[in-house]
Amino acid sequence: MAEWMRLAEAIAAHVHDGETLAMEGFTHLIPFAAGHEIIRQQRRNLSLIRMTPDLIYDQLIGSGCASKLTFSWGGNPGVGSLHRFRDAVENDWPHPLAIEERSHSDLANAYVAGAANLPFAVLRGYAGSDFPRVNPQIRSITCPFTGEVLAATPAVRPDVTVIHAQKADWKGNVLLWGILGVQKEAVLCGKRAIVTVEERVESLNAPPNACILPHWVVTAVCEVPRGATPSYAHGYYARDNAFYREWDRISRDRERFSAWLDQHIRKTRDFEEYLALQRDPQVQAIYL
Amino acid sequence: MSETYTSDEMMTVAAARMLRNGAVCFVGIGLPSTAANLARLTHAPDAVLVYESGPIGAKPSVLPLSIGDGDLAETADTVVSTPEIFRYWLQGGRIDVGFLGAAQLDKYANINTTVVGAYGRPKVRLPGAGGAPEISSSAKDVLIIVKQSKRTFVEKLDFVTSVGFLTGGNAREAAGLSGNGPAAVITDLCILRPDLESRELKVVNVHPGVNREKILASTGWSLRFADSCEETPRPSPVELETLRDLKARTAAVHGTQGDRE
Repeated sequence: MAEWMRLAEAIAAHVHDGETLAMEGFTHLIPFAAGHEIIRQQRRNLSLIRMTPDLIYDQLIGSGCASKLTFSWGGNPGVGSLHRFRDAVENDWPHPLAIEERSHSDLANAYVAGAANLPFAVLRGYAGSDFPRVNPQIRSITCPFTGEVLAATPAVRPDVTVIHAQKADWKGNVLLWGILGVQKEAVLCGKRAIVTVEERVESLNAPPNACILPHWVVTAVCEVPRGATPSYAHGYYARDNAFYREWDRISRDRERFSAWLDQHIRKTRDFEEYLALQRDPQVQAIYL
Repeated sequence: MSETYTSDEMMTVAAARMLRNGAVCFVGIGLPSTAANLARLTHAPDAVLVYESGPIGAKPSVLPLSIGDGDLAETADTVVSTPEIFRYWLQGGRIDVGFLGAAQLDKYANINTTVVGAYGRPKVRLPGAGGAPEISSSAKDVLIIVKQSKRTFVEKLDFVTSVGFLTGGNAREAAGLSGNGPAAVITDLCILRPDLESRELKVVNVHPGVNREKILASTGWSLRFADSCEETPRPSPVELETLRDLKARTAAVHGTQGDRE
């Protein structure tokens, strides 16, 4: 049953050291506010899952929250590399990061398998590629009807899933639209789910077949306006492409990244204060 | 006097021409997206662009900066979830052409986008697979667009992310891959196609102003030229104008031209 909470309370209550955490949102609706709060509360040894790690996991990895990453595409979309992710994989900074690498199709299928309470996903994939050589979790299964050999991979079953959505009503029923990625499956495959939303409304007024997560599959729901910034929320605000480019400069260098992290996340009280700092030209000039 | 153009423009135009009108095309972000949208805005208005984030039939007014830009969703015929895109539409056999980029490519059009150096201790950690492994196996045909150099055209890949023709001959069919594999590789210097038997890439078109020595010097294996090798037709004024307009619109909206991976 969804409980309306403040974001800091929801993270404190439902995200614990050493757990498996999936934060989803395919370019759209990425739960940045929640990611920042996990950094503020200094979670450690998290096993992170996400199709496209994006800036959100670059920040978590660089700040030392993660010991493992399961992913399928680790770049800064439209810009280039994720430097904190690369520094962890290439140089063990700030400490070693185990990686479990899969393809988009595989991870998408693995979320579906998790949501359907199945132990593994089946797909036509990986034939001839080097992935099975470096990821022993990628195995094969023979179809009992046709004899076709298919790829089999473990289902995604996180301890906790975090997503951002557009709206939730007073009961905690959640509505999202636009590019949906794997968010519905991510919520349904997790043991617990935290959802941040742009706004709390009296009624969702959604048409039949809209993507709604009923309140009884959500653990905590938090109102965090602009909580997906610098990604976007369809119908609310656009992607902050300039920040994605600036991140390349901020994150390239360990010292500059650490200074940014301290000032913008560790020393801010919450996401609202972070957003105010983001709008302060004097502060931003330091990182340009 | 014909108009001047860059080698990157030649590459994008040559790639766009490969996409036939009406084809259902699974589009990677970056150069493939630029070429596919140029095709849609010129000779292939009925091409159906599918992006892995979920839009089917996207008609973006500017090039998307990310694979999940809002413009893709707003202009699409429908937007489905990411699992549905991969399960029903790609694996379901509904994609005619997969349009991919590459960091490294070998003579059998196998692709590496994972690591340079050893996997466990890479010299360069690249972004990884994304949707490419299953696009390259399940799309009926695959087009690859990549800038040609000794760094990208290598004798041996450090990692096989997405499969072309594996070790050549019938190796791809023997591995049970459903699609036909790469139909062409389009670079800033030339166009290559696989030999019908050996499946080794051969140069079939050389772009205007490029000589064979330059192509050989930009390739990490002893590359062959087809007997019938011809010069690529120059970009037409319409192709160039459409491409430049698209890039200018993109720059005005995003502050960047939108075709970096």
